[in-house]
Formats: sequence, C-alpha cells, structure tokens
Amino acid sequence: MSEGADRPTMTYTAAKPPLPETPEQLRARIPGWGADLDPKDRPAVPQERFDPGATGAHWDFPERQVERYPRERSIEHGMLTPVFGTSAPLHGLSGAVRRLAYARYGEGRAAHWLLLIAGDRIDAVGSHLRSFATLHPDNPVTETGILSEGRRHGLASRYGRGRADVNHQWIDPVLVAGPWVAAGAGAFLGARALVRRARA
Amino acid sequence: MVYRGPYKVRVEEKDVPTVEHPNDAIVRVTRAAICGSDLHLYHGLMPDTRVGTTFGHEFIGVVEEVGSSVQRLKRGDRVMVPFNIYCGSCFYCARGLYSNCHNVNPNATAVGGIYGYSHTTGGYDGGQAEFVRVPFADVGPALIPDWMDDDDAVLLTDALATGYFGAQLGDIVEGDVVVVFGAGPVGLYAAKSAWLMGAGRVIVVDHLDYRLEKARTFAHAETINFTEHDDVVVHMKRITGHLGADVAIDAVGAEADGNFLQHVTSAKLKLQGGSPVALNWAIDSVRKGATISVVGAYGPIFSAVKFGDALNKGLTLNMNQTPVKRQWPRLFEHIRNGYLKPSDIVTHRIPLEHIAEGYHMFSAKLDDCIKPIIVMEDAA
Repeated sequence: MSEGADRPTMTYTAAKPPLPETPEQLRARIPGWGADLDPKDRPAVPQERFDPGATGAHWDFPERQVERYPRERSIEHGMLTPVFGTSAPLHGLSGAVRRLAYARYGEGRAAHWLLLIAGDRIDAVGSHLRSFATLHPDNPVTETGILSEGRRHGLASRYGRGRADVNHQWIDPVLVAGPWVAAGAGAFLGARALVRRARA
Repeated sequence: MVYRGPYKVRVEEKDVPTVEHPNDAIVRVTRAAICGSDLHLYHGLMPDTRVGTTFGHEFIGVVEEVGSSVQRLKRGDRVMVPFNIYCGSCFYCARGLYSNCHNVNPNATAVGGIYGYSHTTGGYDGGQAEFVRVPFADVGPALIPDWMDDDDAVLLTDALATGYFGAQLGDIVEGDVVVVFGAGPVGLYAAKSAWLMGAGRVIVVDHLDYRLEKARTFAHAETINFTEHDDVVVHMKRITGHLGADVAIDAVGAEADGNFLQHVTSAKLKLQGGSPVALNWAIDSVRKGATISVVGAYGPIFSAVKFGDALNKGLTLNMNQTPVKRQWPRLFEHIRNGYLKPSDIVTHRIPLEHIAEGYHMFSAKLDDCIKPIIVMEDAA
C-alpha cells in the first residue's frame, strides 16, 4: 500500500507490519534462532537479582588494602573503598589540579570533570617535556603508530569508500601536533623579541 | 604498553605488579584485545587518564601468584578475567550488578571498577601487558574450559558478553524488529544475539562497508550504510512500514559519526561526554513505546541527547556496563552448540611491541580492521 493512497498504510491501523520471514524460516536460516526466546533463559533478566551467595565472595566486607600514600577519592564516597588501583599516583601540577577536582567538586559538577581533563593535558605536556631529560624521550613517529598508514593501506582504506569519518580525521594531527607547533612558534617569536630588544 | 598522552602509546618496562591485597592474583597475560572503548582513552576523551597507565580490559592469562586469602585459583591456572573489577559482597554485587560495585573505585561512585580504563574507573593498570594485578581473584576470574580456544576466551571478557547483554537489555520478544547502531565487535555480537532472543528482523547501521559486509555474513542481518541516505531516520521509517523499529541497540557510544558538529564537539574538543548521534538516531527511528538498549560507552560529562523525543514517544531506555560473569554460563552453551563463534570477527593478531601501530590502525579503521588481538610472544 503506497503513501498518499486513499487507504491508510498498515501503521495507521491496529495491525503490525508483516515480517519478511516466518519463525520457521528464521529457525532454518539462523543457527540458534529463538534459543533465548524465554526471558528465563536470559542471564541478565532481570538486571537486579538478589543472590549474595552467587559471587564467590567469602567475606561480608573485604579486608582493606594498605593505603601507602594519600589516595584521592570522590567526595560522594563515604570512605576510601577497601580496594583501589595504584597505577600512576598523583604528582606535580597535574596532581594538584586533579586533587582539587576530587577534594572540591562532586561527580555531578562539570567543574569536577573539566578540571580532571585539564589535569590530563597538563600531565601529557609535562610528561612529554620531562621525557627529553631521559634516555627514552617521546618519539611521535613510533608512539602515534603513524607508520601503519603505509603498512596498513592508509589511503586505500579511507578514500573512495564513502566513509563518514574522513571529513574530520584531518583534525587529529592538528590536535596532536598543533599545540607543539604553536608553542614552538611562540618561543621563536619571544626569543626574537628579546634579541631585538637587546640590540636596540 | 603505557599511555603517553592523546594518540600516543608505547611499550616500556614497568615493575611487575605485586599482590597488594590478600585476595589479589597476579596473572601472566597470554592474549589481550584492543576494545573500541579503549579508543576513548587513546583519544583523551575519558577524564583522569594518566600518563604512564596501562590500558586493556579484555585479557586472559595464566595465574602466576595468588594472595593469602585466595581459595579458588592456584598458580598455573588458565583464566579468563571479566573486565569488571568487583568485590562480590557490596549492595550492588549482592544484587548481581557486578559492573556497579561500590568497593573498588574510590574515584567515582557513578561507575564501578574496570581494568586499565583511567582513574575514573579506579586507577587499575590493564592487561595489555605481560603481567596484571587481578583484585578479588575468588570473584571475577574463571578457569577457561579445556574445549575453548584462547581467541574465543578473550572475546568473552567483554565484547561478546556486552553484545549479548545489549540484546537482553532490549527486552526483545518474538518477531521484534531490532535495529543495531554500530557494526563494530559489540554491534555484530548484539545483532547475532538478537536472533537468539527471537527477533523477526535485525538491521545493522554503520558507515563502513566492510563492517556491514560482516554484519550480513556473520550476523545474518540486513544492513544500512547511513552515508547513502540523506536522513537515516526517515529511511528507517520507510523500511519499517512507517512504524519504526521495536528495539534499538546503541553499540557505538561516545565517538559516533554521522553529525560533524556532534562528533567534533565531543571526540575532538571534549566538550561533551560523547557524541550522541547513534543514540539520537535510535530515539528517533524506533516506534513509540519502544525499548532502547545502550551499551556503547559514554564519558561522564553531559551529552546533547534528545530526551524530549524519548519522553514524548514513551520510550524505555535500558543501559549499564555489562556484568560479564553473569553472561558466561549461557554463552558457553551457545558456543558449544555452535550458535556463536566469537573469533570469527578477529581481523588482526599483533605482538605487544607493535601496539602503537595497532592502536592507530584500529582508531583510523585501516586495513578493514574489526577486532585486533594482542598475542603475547610466549603464547604465540
């Protein structure tokens, strides 16, 4: 039945539009069709199911992990959780910004998350600069994996294939390299101004 | 591997993790995977992602050491580890909500603990490494059955379990029209799982032809390349008798394409917790009274979601991070019965030392990449 015809389309009556295949056809075509038709066979239905004995825990409350340094926590928690990750403890300026985010703002506040993202950027820039004082400085060629463009058919994978993401992928190198180019240009201009002032 | 800042990772030597709690285990990793949600970390989208952390929440391995209170595992056991870190005894764990555990993530109450997924999920190092600390070894990990191969096992630790969970959140009844947004690993598994629950029609939407081809062959689904339609929502209405789908599954999450402004303000400029293009398409393309399942990962910052349409259409939105271990017994049955073969979507197997190129390839969707797996040298 076509749109605009005198009679209404199926949707405008009580019936549901017909399916292209019957259950028998689907069962024959698709391995396992309907195996979990009964919600009782679905392990996550209902999502919330009280069964404290099912987990394997043999404690009412877990023993506490030793807190070897002051561990930041959300102010929405009533206490430090008994177990926590110990990767990359807070340090330096990025640590101060992150510590402020945790100490001052709850998770419902945009300031909490925006400060954490600011801390991430400070951390990235600081770590990059510090790496130049080590025997293992950051290497943008190997760390960005950019060489896979040649090995993994970068051009052929992107172009002529109607991909929707090609229209913004050019932004990625700008985001990665842009701040460094801007900082380099700023340093050059600053140095040139100082030299000119000294000569004047 | 360690994170060095947005779009940069490298392999470096770190201290071997130690037992920090009596119920910890140390696992020597044999297989790990890069997940689509790892790309949110890689792109700097997830707050409190610290330089020096190790990513990786999909991994399997061999138990190297156990803490003093561990009863169920011993050195040498071959184990699969769910991406959730959970205590098994808190309010949420007692109710089966393992992904919402309250005892493992001091950094946030809004999300549980996840391996290698920023400090927002607890600050744990992940499994894209030779060794990893596994808290609550008596609760999360399970022995890998002898009949299961390693690639299938590693995919059960997140991607397959999440796709299967996503289909369950859709509350599918026999004959439902199910539309899945995203033909990545989770979307492919969700589409395949929708049939198990009796879907009458399964439609997968993406913009990558090679992934849509996989949706047709692996998941037996109809496909829509949204770049071929001026308005994919209108197209969805047309092909469903102008009613809309009964169920939509968002298997895309924070970096959805399809709207330049939404993508750039979220994935590039980090002004949103995620680009809600797929979620908005889901809201608009389902019928009134439909159910939307969200398993695509979004960050904690606000996103421009069309809640007015969701309200006016009387939609039910179901969502959560997957409580992985709850899915395993039934998924084991489906694999043994031949209904599911998870490793059919693996496209690349790479050594750990090539992980930077693996991330770039997966992020830029090069070489028809769908699912890259990291194979440790000793396990190759």
